[in-house]
Amino acid sequence: MIHQYKSNGYNIVLDVNSGAVHVVDGLCYDVISCLNRQNRDYTAETLKEPSVLEFLEQELGGAYIVSELKEALEDVAELTGAGKLFTPDCYACLLDEVKERKTVVKALCLHIAHDCNLACRYCFAEEGEYHGRRALMSYEVGKKALDFLIANSGKRRNLEVDFFGGEPLLNWQVVKDLVAYGREQEKVHDKHFRFTVTTNGVLLDDDIQEFINREMDNVVLSLDGRRKVNDRMRPFRNGSGSYDLIVPKFQKLAESRGQERYYVRGTFTRENLDFSEDILHFAELGFKQMSIEPVVGDETDPYAIRGEDLPAIMEEYDKLAKIMIEREKSGKGFHFFHFMIDLEGGPCVAKRLSGCGSGTEYLAVTPWGDLYPCHQFVGQEQFLMGDVDDGIVRPEIADEFRSCNVYTKEKCRNCFAKFYCSGGCMANAYNFHGTIHDAYDIGCEMQRKRVECAIMIKAALS
Amino acid sequence: MKHVKTLNTQTLNNTVKKGGCGECQTSCQSACKTSCTVGNQTCEQKK
Ligand code: SF4
Ligand code: SF4
Repeated sequence: MIHQYKSNGYNIVLDVNSGAVHVVDGLCYDVISCLNRQNRDYTAETLKEPSVLEFLEQELGGAYIVSELKEALEDVAELTGAGKLFTPDCYACLLDEVKERKTVVKALCLHIAHDCNLACRYCFAEEGEYHGRRALMSYEVGKKALDFLIANSGKRRNLEVDFFGGEPLLNWQVVKDLVAYGREQEKVHDKHFRFTVTTNGVLLDDDIQEFINREMDNVVLSLDGRRKVNDRMRPFRNGSGSYDLIVPKFQKLAESRGQERYYVRGTFTRENLDFSEDILHFAELGFKQMSIEPVVGDETDPYAIRGEDLPAIMEEYDKLAKIMIEREKSGKGFHFFHFMIDLEGGPCVAKRLSGCGSGTEYLAVTPWGDLYPCHQFVGQEQFLMGDVDDGIVRPEIADEFRSCNVYTKEKCRNCFAKFYCSGGCMANAYNFHGTIHDAYDIGCEMQRKRVECAIMIKAALS
Repeated sequence: MKHVKTLNTQTLNNTVKKGGCGECQTSCQSACKTSCTVGNQTCEQKK
């Protein structure tokens, strides 16, 4: 499978199965697209057959002379011979392995507080209540959750625990106690905990900052960008804005971590489709690690992203990509999570096709100890998998999540972005299609665009 | 090659054999919590 596109003056050819990325001239671009349209399984040998050149002459003879076409075709054949173009899909062999794989639990999202001191309009957690009641996780429940993780993690050494909410700082003492418990247990069981926390910053102070810097591998700081954008969506319960209180605290925290191992993370909605301005606003505030995500919402929400918004969003991503290239060149670069791509290393294919791990390797724990496939399924009873006392009592849910990968989903199998996206968010798929074995189409359009931009940035900076 | 500049040397097929150790980060957990992206993650074996 080959995907080619033009962006910002670059002609880019992605050989999907090998992951090879080529920047080519106009001639070579046209040659590859002609060959690709034929939809044949070319090899270096078959490309050298005289009929191929004749075909190109027929198709492109008006634009190029034969010697040029021949030269380009030779390049194409060489790349194909080297396994970097027209690479066949040889991953089917991995599929059974992926489906049958024995998964261990390696990450937990602890819903440490189903309560919040903000009232963000788009909150999927419904101001922390998650279709349920307000509650704080007790130390006892948290301890059992960590025990469950250790007991179900097999030989896996690195274990991830995210303190999530609602707002985790509302139950900070329990967070601190659980970290202490984890540090004690990791020695006993030869494990290593990577703790992270997601916070809105309202209660952040020097002590908490110091603890976060000492113990947390990553911290996610929720902020939406410009003051008016943030305050419209992220007000206090009394309606006043949160920006002025939070921004200085986040700036201080980011500085104190050496501008690493954190993300300022915002959400964009159809009310700020010019979200590149919000990302630049983060940069102006001095942040270096950031992420702005499309809102996840019900189609009926006035702020939800609609199909008709896509052209504007695509343009916005293009605009952002260009600005980031300029800034990088002038020494003012920053990282935007969704444009980060590792073409050289990156994860193995097995990881790339098996997806996000929800329901198998990654589970969410409610304040009272119930287990769900991930934080976005919490509160949907049909996905209740068990609890920290009895463990997984409905393994069939895990089986269903395990069986879902980019090859079992029609849309993903034919998608050029599959090895970068790994099949998208199952919660989104479920919310829009009523099944995890599908993909949320608007999200896919955006995902594919981000992959294209990320690759173009690499081309521009190479 | 006159018409092509290739950006990467390592290809995905090379990861088939040694892959799948499972020590790497869980995608969604790593940053943003509303989407899944693996293209930017690092392999623990290469660290
Ligand atoms: S972008 Fe959509 S179709 Fe493509 S791999 Fe991701 S979820 Fe599947
Ligand atoms: S289903 Fe979606 S929200 Fe849940 S872990 Fe996967 S990518 Fe993240």
